[in-house]
Amino acid sequence: MAKRKKSLSEYSTGQLVLYRFSKNKLAMFGVVLLAAMALVILLGPLVVPEESVSMMHIPERFSAPGENGFLFGSDEFGRDLFARILYGGRISLFCSLAVIAIAFVVGAIIGGAAGFFGGKVDSVLMRFIDILMAVPSALLAMAIITALGNGVWKLVVALAIGQIARFARTVRASVLTLRNMEYVEAAKCYGSSSMRIILKHILPNGIGPIIVSATLTLGQTILSISSMGYLGLGVASPTPEWGTIISENKVNLQDFPHLGLIPGICICLTVMAVNFIGDGLRDAFDPRTKN
Amino acid sequence: MADNTKNTSENLLEVSDLHVQYRTDDAIVHAINGLSLRVKQGEKLGLVGETGAGKTTLALSILRLLPARVGEITQGSIVYNGDNLLDQPESFMLGLRGKRISMIFQDPMTSLNPTITVGKQILEVLDLHFPELSKADKSEKVDEILKMVGIPPSRKEDFPHQFSGGMKQRIVIAMALIAEPELLLADEPTTALDVTIQAQILDLMRELKDKFNSAVILITHDLGVVAEFCDTVAVVYSGRVVEYGTVEQIYARRENHPYTSGLFNCIPDLTSNAPRLVPIPGRMADPRIPIEGCCFADRCPHCTERCRKAAPPVVERDGHGIMCHLFTEGGER
Repeated sequence: MAKRKKSLSEYSTGQLVLYRFSKNKLAMFGVVLLAAMALVILLGPLVVPEESVSMMHIPERFSAPGENGFLFGSDEFGRDLFARILYGGRISLFCSLAVIAIAFVVGAIIGGAAGFFGGKVDSVLMRFIDILMAVPSALLAMAIITALGNGVWKLVVALAIGQIARFARTVRASVLTLRNMEYVEAAKCYGSSSMRIILKHILPNGIGPIIVSATLTLGQTILSISSMGYLGLGVASPTPEWGTIISENKVNLQDFPHLGLIPGICICLTVMAVNFIGDGLRDAFDPRTKN
Repeated sequence: MADNTKNTSENLLEVSDLHVQYRTDDAIVHAINGLSLRVKQGEKLGLVGETGAGKTTLALSILRLLPARVGEITQGSIVYNGDNLLDQPESFMLGLRGKRISMIFQDPMTSLNPTITVGKQILEVLDLHFPELSKADKSEKVDEILKMVGIPPSRKEDFPHQFSGGMKQRIVIAMALIAEPELLLADEPTTALDVTIQAQILDLMRELKDKFNSAVILITHDLGVVAEFCDTVAVVYSGRVVEYGTVEQIYARRENHPYTSGLFNCIPDLTSNAPRLVPIPGRMADPRIPIEGCCFADRCPHCTERCRKAAPPVVERDGHGIMCHLFTEGGER
């Protein structure tokens, strides 16, 4: 026991979080799954040339998975589904990360300032957030894309704006409860500045729910990008994206279900992996979880 | 550092005619109304009074940490070592808090950050106020202070939830004292602890106070704790000091403010056969309404017409001051 204590004491707080996280089997499974997918998506282009995304093999259309050398089969134009999923994953996976990153940073700044400073700052910022909240995020994203025009980055911005409100409210709520904790008061009493208090005392205690919210939103954003793609917004049809792939094959789904199942499974696996990671992180950030 | 050469009999802290208000949506709460007190270097002052008397507000006023926009110091001065703290910029206060004046909170369960190890929390005070020290020196100082408060330094990598309440309060005390402050504000440091631990914590505070020669303001509602720990006492009622003096003068019970007498009557006495304690009737005056006359008039057994009309002055004899008409000229005593 004493020996274990000593080895623990050599870790920093961040290392302890990592240690606890690595002990969580489900979370580690999520990490492995997501890392494997990201790796395949990043390294795939070395094996599969980009032309094969749109190269049509009309005689070999509607191949079943494995048939005619198509790993995941082919669609109605005889395009390689594997290549399309591989290149589509770049958009689905990395755009959703960008959406979360933007929404998280902007939301955290707005919510954090509103919660910590209160008063007029809070009123003004939160009314702005209320306006964003009043419009359903899918509708808001559709309106923004319609106004800005189609494009990957425009899609990212549009979806990010739709998610800012959620993050701002989550961060504000946790800052509000933590601001009045006695240890924050104590930190002021031994001379900490506002910035130090926010970074060292409020953020580490409030990060749990924020991370969970971020990971849940990540899953949702992948679905949003896909549904936007399905509606023909954001990513236009020849460019592959998981939702777009399902969309362009919708008439043939009854006869050739693999055209919808395979991209659908990809979306589900990603969302699942991200949620496992989120749960694991939440537990790891709480020092009351056993080491 | 000319301050250190000052005569030790000089006042370290001098609060004069302090008025503090809290503004709520529908009323102004007069929390402190013309409170004055003095603390000498190394003195142990007990600040006694019931809930809502303004004791904690006073401590927060000294540190200038009243809740923003709500609490406001409207009048008076707080002179600390020659500087009026109310005129100083925030940067001056940041250097003062934790280094020259530190505070111990009532509830050790909530005054430690649950996500940081206790060693790091103590270290943070050093990081803030002694950035010039090397990492090894700081770590050594943390070990040293932990030993002083009776916590094995090997436990500094543990988180607050792994300690008992009494141990957490020891850690809080370690944090408050590591910078060797000149003044320690202890806001009911033993209230949340059970009686056996209370005595230990008081012993510890006395021991460390002697070591660092810090002045202590002990805020409490427990007269027993004051008798055990303090040199001088200030009794606070309704945001005013109604009686002050040395522990001997006040506990002699020859001359006391009626409120102080009331407090003494609330202490169970094992030697008497009285079946019931004598509580002070009524409750403290509504702090939203400014008081004309004496603040204790409504509850005082000796209240006269004069008490309702004019606020009593402080009558001082040999450093024992009482704010009551009974002791003024024409009064009964």
